[in-house]
Amino acid sequence: MPPELCVRVDGVEIQVPAECSVAAALRSAGFSSTRHSLDGTPRAACCGMGVCFECRVRIDGVERLGCLVRVREGMEISRDA
Amino acid sequence: MNFDAIVIGGGIVGCAIADRLARERRAVCLLERDVLGGAATAASMGHLVVLDDDPAELALSAYSCARWRELAPQLPAAAEYRATGTLWIARDAAEMAEAAHKQRRLAAAGIASELVDEAQLKLCEPALAPGLAGGLRVPADAVVYPPVAAAFLARRAAAAGADVRAGVNVRTLVDGGVILADGSELRAPRVIVANGCAAPELLCSVPVRKRKGHLLITTRLAPTVNHQLVELGYIQSAHGGDGESVAFNVQPRPSGQLLLGSTRQFDDLSCEVTPRLLARLVERAQAFLPGLGSLTALRAWTGFRPTTPDHRPLIGPWPARPGVWLACGHEGLGVTTALGTADLLAAQLFDQPLPFDAAPYAPARFAAQVSHAA
Repeated sequence: MPPELCVRVDGVEIQVPAECSVAAALRSAGFSSTRHSLDGTPRAACCGMGVCFECRVRIDGVERLGCLVRVREGMEISRDA
Repeated sequence: MNFDAIVIGGGIVGCAIADRLARERRAVCLLERDVLGGAATAASMGHLVVLDDDPAELALSAYSCARWRELAPQLPAAAEYRATGTLWIARDAAEMAEAAHKQRRLAAAGIASELVDEAQLKLCEPALAPGLAGGLRVPADAVVYPPVAAAFLARRAAAAGADVRAGVNVRTLVDGGVILADGSELRAPRVIVANGCAAPELLCSVPVRKRKGHLLITTRLAPTVNHQLVELGYIQSAHGGDGESVAFNVQPRPSGQLLLGSTRQFDDLSCEVTPRLLARLVERAQAFLPGLGSLTALRAWTGFRPTTPDHRPLIGPWPARPGVWLACGHEGLGVTTALGTADLLAAQLFDQPLPFDAAPYAPARFAAQVSHAA
């Protein structure tokens, strides 16, 4: 097993691969969306390289692009951006 | 084909003219070479604002904003018309004095406004930086999403019988009509050039110059802003000279996003975003709204304002070419003044009573320079 670490997503603790982006970690943990558009449609990373801005999440209170931030032990991720 | 009038350019101004003429049962054709409500219309902020620095600008913008208020109930929801009002922000006592002057000038034109002191400013816009002196609130101003408003006007024109054609380029103007890119000819005794920055492509001596601007939109986690906020120094810093300038101008969108403006420059004709100017724009906005610091910029883009030498639009007959009329050169006020422009031009085209004095906008004021360069 590759090393894992622990983050919280919307208040729930989950184990994710240690060497990956927040967007990839969410995907691997089974979260199909990172946020919702104004009309309520679920959205998720499209480009994975910081261009589409679809993977916006709140990380430790600050809005970031999930695909450009590496997971860290104890990170608080909210999918309300 | 024969029409009463051909309108070239399907931006907000051309769409408003086509709508006005079609609803008067004139046979009108609207020609747009790209998409309706594109180019400067799509790039713009959609602030419907009464500007009072020049009496002609005041007459046109006050009339037009009243027309937008009449139209508002008929606009589709996607046009996002909202009566946010404008809050002109004064940083110090000198700018507060200017706010009081502005209030008097607006009142003379029948526009109500109220002076706001430091404490009231904090109450109505808590996100603003502390230490600002106050401002002037103009409650009747509004915001709209321009490309949707333009498309609505074009659709309404078409429903009233206008021949609306997008993706059709005009190759050249001829006496009594136009030749299209495919070589076909459309005929009309009145041809209205309403294609903004592209006017000189058809009429090389029309004095319209591109003035580039940048805008930026944030994500939805923006601090709450209630009014369209504009620094009172806007006119001095933005319209004043011909040099590069940046002024604070922020619009709250219904989505919770903030639209940040604005920059002005003549020297750059490329459509690329200039990071240096974008940085200045953000810096300026942060000075007024410190909460922007942790915000994500979602998109930034540029557009070109069609600017005339005296910063007034060109509305009326073009003396160098009989049968050719202009409705262009609105600089940053094309969305605000589109409906007034349409009414003023339609009245001139068909010898109806004018809604207000047309002389300040008459293209003939540049006749001296066109007499030898038709």
